[in-house]
Amino acid sequence: MSSDKLQALSAEGLSYSVGAQTLLDNVRLHAEQGQFVGLIGPNGAGKSTLLRALSGMLVHQHGAVLLEGTDLRSMSSRDVAAGMALVSQIAPYTHGFTSFELVLMGRYPHLGRFQIEGSKDNSIARDSMRQTDTERFADRTLDTLSGGERQRVFVSRALAQQPRILLLDEPTSNLDVFHQLKVLDLVRELVDEGLTAVAAIHDLQMSARYCDRLVLLSEGRVLAEGTPEEVLTPGAIESAFGVRSAVYPDPVTGTLAISLIGPADAHASPASDNGAPAPVEKAPVAAHGVEA
Amino acid sequence: MRAVGLTTLRGYRRMAVTSRLVIGASALLLLILASAAVSLSLGPVSIPASHVASIVLSSLGFDAAGFGHTERLVIEQIRLPRILVGAVVGIALGVAGATMQGLFRNPMADPGIIGVSAGGALGAVVAIATGMAGLFLLALPAFAFIGAMAASFLVYGIAAVGGRFSMATLLLAGVAVNAFLGAIVSAIIILLSDNEALREILFWLAGGLDSRSWEHVRISAPLILGGAAVILLMARDLNLLMLGDDEARSMGVRVGMARILLLAAAALVTGTAVAVSGTIAFVGLVTPHILRLLIGPDHRVLIPMSALGGAVFVTVADTVARTIIQPAEFRVGILTAFVGAPFFILLLIRNKRQVYSL
Repeated sequence: MSSDKLQALSAEGLSYSVGAQTLLDNVRLHAEQGQFVGLIGPNGAGKSTLLRALSGMLVHQHGAVLLEGTDLRSMSSRDVAAGMALVSQIAPYTHGFTSFELVLMGRYPHLGRFQIEGSKDNSIARDSMRQTDTERFADRTLDTLSGGERQRVFVSRALAQQPRILLLDEPTSNLDVFHQLKVLDLVRELVDEGLTAVAAIHDLQMSARYCDRLVLLSEGRVLAEGTPEEVLTPGAIESAFGVRSAVYPDPVTGTLAISLIGPADAHASPASDNGAPAPVEKAPVAAHGVEA
Repeated sequence: MRAVGLTTLRGYRRMAVTSRLVIGASALLLLILASAAVSLSLGPVSIPASHVASIVLSSLGFDAAGFGHTERLVIEQIRLPRILVGAVVGIALGVAGATMQGLFRNPMADPGIIGVSAGGALGAVVAIATGMAGLFLLALPAFAFIGAMAASFLVYGIAAVGGRFSMATLLLAGVAVNAFLGAIVSAIIILLSDNEALREILFWLAGGLDSRSWEHVRISAPLILGGAAVILLMARDLNLLMLGDDEARSMGVRVGMARILLLAAAALVTGTAVAVSGTIAFVGLVTPHILRLLIGPDHRVLIPMSALGGAVFVTVADTVARTIIQPAEFRVGILTAFVGAPFFILLLIRNKRQVYSL
């Protein structure tokens, strides 16, 4: 990693445990300005916990998180919020707020305590709703939206925050393929304009396609990190997920394609059908359909 | 008709915070003035509206005449302070209800239901039973505040045990704390030999505004308006807290600090209200709930509107209570419970069909 590049977000020696359970173990992460870093790993690997730690949310964490070189602990929570936005995975309670009202809340960190959002804030909120294709829900209350629609509204709110760093926890988990690509395209576009993004992404092929760098987590530890080509090797996938796979360049998109062959335990073979996940052709086909 | 109403409301929701506030507050202020005017003229001594106007004008230093001396006394010394205490108590209950509903992310929360009022009442009862209330003016509100504060942190603490906050536990803890505090009050009543104190204590068992004086206005108004102001200043934090702790934190709210301040301010206004009027149930539940349906959940609008709405509610309820069975008087707390309890049940039934965080 070149040292002249600005470190937008970095974490050293991050550890966090609840009771006897270690959720993060000495995690190190660096995101340069204008990079899209993907967090991948099996369920319970610590992706969400790492994102929460990066946003300074965990009070009893060990290690330091630096936002543009400044330790989060020495910053006011409002300054942190003005620089970094988080789209979390768990849908929060939204009793009766309309989409627009919620997106407008993204402006709070930029306003003085007694300042009320003005026309500039309104237009920023409206723009960010346009970017996620949600402006037609503006007047609807959030509880009347589907999970995916709501998720896009929350992405809009993070955009309205106009952060320099955007943290996303499974931003595409509730979305149909069209909106998965739309949201990730949008993040990619913003990253190309200078935003730094760190996102937990479930879908390995999506992570390979959109991210500059990947961090593979397993049991709270960093198993591998680097470019998608460096990280997504059959060996790494097997040791993190326990799944045998083949990795090759996708003939259509040119990015990595991963064929999951089957669980790596001795009894399972590719031919057996004891619940082995094998959606081999699905992702490339979907991607192709949208790109065409 | 209904469609027109909905369109109007949607248009209202789209307005900027300040416009929503100005329009809504003007409407409610008019309602307060109207109900106060009606209340001033009604009672055992019926005073014509024109006389009421003259008396109020002359009290404000204008040159007005055409009313009797007794009429002036009745208005200035009996009805006006009573209405003002009622309005201030209504402000307290409306604000406390809206705050707790937001803070606990639960439309069922209310100072009465989660035991804060009971804590305040116990504090007041202790102050009277020990004779402290007679020693200095602020003893009663101070004890009520301590009681309300202790009850709210106790209930909150129980609901947050183990680091995960539970709405169901909150309401159940409220039930238990209410019963427990009620038992202590009953025990004090039974053990108390001082009849004068006993009579005074019975006052708290059904909230009322009878024989409230200017002194009560002077005690309660600064504390309640001060507490309400603190809450209003934190209205934006309350909006974010309603979305959950993590959300609020990631948006720059210092969650622990904000929650303690809001709880303390809500306990202060509730305790003070209880100290001057006893427990008046359901105002804090009903007022913010109805207003939220009309104007939306943004606390920067909802808090001031709940304050004014609570004032309207208590003023109207007290006027009805003291005139409905003349020459006898009904207690306002009984009346609000008559209206509020069925409303609460309706809410429970409706919520079964909705997704709430209970």
